[in-house]
Amino acid sequence: MTDTSAPLAPPVGQGHGADAHHSPTDGHYYRIAIGLAVITGIEVAWSYLPTWDGATGLKAFIEVAGLLVMMAIKFVVVAAQFMHLKFDDKLLSRVFYAGLVLAIFVYIAALTTFQIFSSAPNGYR
Amino acid sequence: MTDLADPHEIAAPGDPVGAPNETHGTSHVTSTGISNEKLAMWVFLGSECLLFGGLISTFLLYKERTASGPKLHDLFDIGFTSISSFVLLISSLTMVLAVSAIQRGDHRSLRSWLAVTALLGSVFISGQVYEFKEFLNEGMGFTTSPASSAFFTLTGFHGAHVTIGIIMLISTLVLSLRGRITQEKAEAVEIVGLYWHFVDVVWIIVFTVVYLIK
Repeated sequence: MTDTSAPLAPPVGQGHGADAHHSPTDGHYYRIAIGLAVITGIEVAWSYLPTWDGATGLKAFIEVAGLLVMMAIKFVVVAAQFMHLKFDDKLLSRVFYAGLVLAIFVYIAALTTFQIFSSAPNGYR
Repeated sequence: MTDLADPHEIAAPGDPVGAPNETHGTSHVTSTGISNEKLAMWVFLGSECLLFGGLISTFLLYKERTASGPKLHDLFDIGFTSISSFVLLISSLTMVLAVSAIQRGDHRSLRSWLAVTALLGSVFISGQVYEFKEFLNEGMGFTTSPASSAFFTLTGFHGAHVTIGIIMLISTLVLSLRGRITQEKAEAVEIVGLYWHFVDVVWIIVFTVVYLIK
């Protein structure tokens, strides 16, 4: 006979290792916040560097790429650590990052349609 | 987090999956092992990515179209906005400390951190109101140009989200003071925290894309 007293599903927070995680200490969160604050400071300083005055071509690309990389690092750290995606069920990461990736692709496609990545003059910008 | 040792958390034979739990009222047994409320919040946040993606894209498209109005970067005070960004970033720390406190059953710390988070959010909103007022004084209103419309819509929508977050924080604080937030209901605080952190990550993008990238 099948044991009908067994639960049909794992208890909330226990599925697939979710929430059965070790909870990080408060000290861990303080260190993360200090790291984020430092990156924000570097971001602002980076944008003020005199090197970028009137920058075009590769120089302008490096300026923007540097800022986008630091932005992405901050985004992922907050999502993974403060929002607990790193410790929670992977399903939650998939749901959130699916929405994010979909948004990025949809709007890159839309902006390409409006020729935003073209330096040639056009009527859209 | 849900008390996993609590035998009432396990569905009794014959109970429909997802039936309200007798002891806590909010935690359900689901086939994913994640509560419906938490999953719903994550799906909502995923959809919010599309909303803010649309607003950011519109801003990128129109940011050069200032018509006869002032250029956006001539008006921006990066130092001031950096401090606002820092305040919002720190509010994410205080929020996660509030969640950590209720998970330990430390109600006093929960209330303190919730109050500090709401206060920091209010400081951020005050800064945004001040910034908008300065822009209006400089001759940049909502209808001045496509660029200004896109800017005010994007940052205004974000500000509205922060304001809703502050209301959620104060509501949670009031519920805690009335003894309605128990350690077993820590997930309710975690869900409010998810929303608050999302507001923070959106600002991380807005700050870089709108203010720092010229």
